[in-house]
Amino acid sequence: MLTAVETVKLITEKKLTAAGALEQRLKLIKEKDGAIGAFLEVFEASARAQAAAIDAKACAGQPLGRLAGVTVAIKDNMVYAGHHMTCASKILEGYVAPYTATAVQRLLDEDAIIIGRANMDEFAMGSSNENSAYQLTKNPVNTAYVPGGSSGGPAAAVAAGFCPVALGSDTGGSIRQPAAFCGVYGLKPTYGLVSRYGLVAFASSLDQIGPFTTNVEDSELILSVLAAHDHRDSTSVAQPPQGTKINIRGLRVGLPAEYFSAQGGIAPEVSAAIEKVKARLCAAGAIMTPVSLPHSVYAMAAYYIIASSEASSNLGRFDGIRYGPGVKGETLSETYKKTRGRGFGPEVKRRIMLGTYSLSSGYYDAYYIKAQKVRTLIKRDFDAAFAAVDVILTPTTPTTAFKFGEKMDDPIAMYLSDIFTVPCNLAGLCGISFPAGSDSSGLPIGAQLLAKPFNESALFTVVREVERAA
Amino acid sequence: MEITEKDVEYIAELARLELRQEEKKLYAGQLKNILGWVEELNKAKTGEVPPTAHILGLENVLRDDNPETFTDRQAILKNAPEREFDFVKVRKVIE
Repeated sequence: MLTAVETVKLITEKKLTAAGALEQRLKLIKEKDGAIGAFLEVFEASARAQAAAIDAKACAGQPLGRLAGVTVAIKDNMVYAGHHMTCASKILEGYVAPYTATAVQRLLDEDAIIIGRANMDEFAMGSSNENSAYQLTKNPVNTAYVPGGSSGGPAAAVAAGFCPVALGSDTGGSIRQPAAFCGVYGLKPTYGLVSRYGLVAFASSLDQIGPFTTNVEDSELILSVLAAHDHRDSTSVAQPPQGTKINIRGLRVGLPAEYFSAQGGIAPEVSAAIEKVKARLCAAGAIMTPVSLPHSVYAMAAYYIIASSEASSNLGRFDGIRYGPGVKGETLSETYKKTRGRGFGPEVKRRIMLGTYSLSSGYYDAYYIKAQKVRTLIKRDFDAAFAAVDVILTPTTPTTAFKFGEKMDDPIAMYLSDIFTVPCNLAGLCGISFPAGSDSSGLPIGAQLLAKPFNESALFTVVREVERAA
Repeated sequence: MEITEKDVEYIAELARLELRQEEKKLYAGQLKNILGWVEELNKAKTGEVPPTAHILGLENVLRDDNPETFTDRQAILKNAPEREFDFVKVRKVIE
């Protein structure tokens, strides 16, 4: 299947039509998505209309956008005017968005085609996509295994070839972890680089939209379209500083001691894959440098307190009054309680309660403020590390994908699969997961690179070097 | 850290969540475990460290107070489960 860059080239050169490119993908989706379940809904009608409009422009000799004919799946938590969106929750069943998320609009403005909405863990809470209220999504590499989460649908869609690009969202690893499990590229841009307007908020200080792709070039292209200031998102950075240009010769690659001494236990084949990445970087002239991130051990706890607290506030708007089917109670209070009690799934309720508890009177200082102070310490750890190194290399996840049901009875075991991805969001860094081989049962392994805020170019350069040396 | 079903009822009330009896029992156990796990945070020496609410350090992001018109009002109203003309219908707010 064509990459995004290849698609644009062929369409611009009139060797391929947007309609042709789209039909190829729709055909594959019809044939294969029954077994995978990546899409909650395929937007056949509007996608075909978009393709026709692009082809009309091409025929008329008008200039085409930088993403002409590129099909993109969007995670089910981004609004797209006139289309359904549910955040994979029953509480938003039937909701039709009256507006379009800025990130989605920016893709449309460059002639991309939004092909459908992809499955996810409900309200982006989960690491396996098992928390969707609608359907399971299977890992396309081996359907007995989870695709990861919470952006499991977008990751699976790209891994299965249903589209060259998908948009996901990452709050604690929800792009990078499924990218690792499915064997594709997943980028979490620096917080503030991509507008969150139109992304249903989970944790407002951590969420970012980012692309899934099958190669680095496409990742770079999509980021260049997404990254821009948006006056509708007050956390959107006005002028992203220019990244520092890096050279692979003499590049200092940080290896965090605390990660490699395995808090959760890194699977041996994952370690071996990271060793291969190190070897390739060394061969290209990079220097492996041990670093210490002493407060790593607190990252998960800080993350779960902060994210759940922010979520408990953000999800307060789902009250059965303005959107969603709602459950009508005898009183207003009953309406709220029944709507939310029945409309939210167990993981969502669990996190809302954890967040409510952490913010409640008597516990606010002990939990929420404490977690925010720890967040400062984690950020300082990375500031110190980046004074000594240019990028940081880690496994994306401690293990490869697990089987369905394996972690559903133990919420904490599920949370631990994000141990290497969570600190990046807390510290406001950018991070990418790229394919680094597979284990002996064929399951993909992902390697993660972290860079200083606004240094995505460093990530792209290093991944390219690793692949060049292969 | 003890979390009883009473505690769960209190939190659920604050969060406007109606829970079934089995749910209260299940969540009490799970929340207790999760809170026990996050107790780890107490070991961190945070002393005089300032809390981070916003990682970019942006402050007072303002814009001019110029209202824009949103033209598709019906698209917004259509999502309300109960409406009357251009009003969203709700239960009595003031008793």
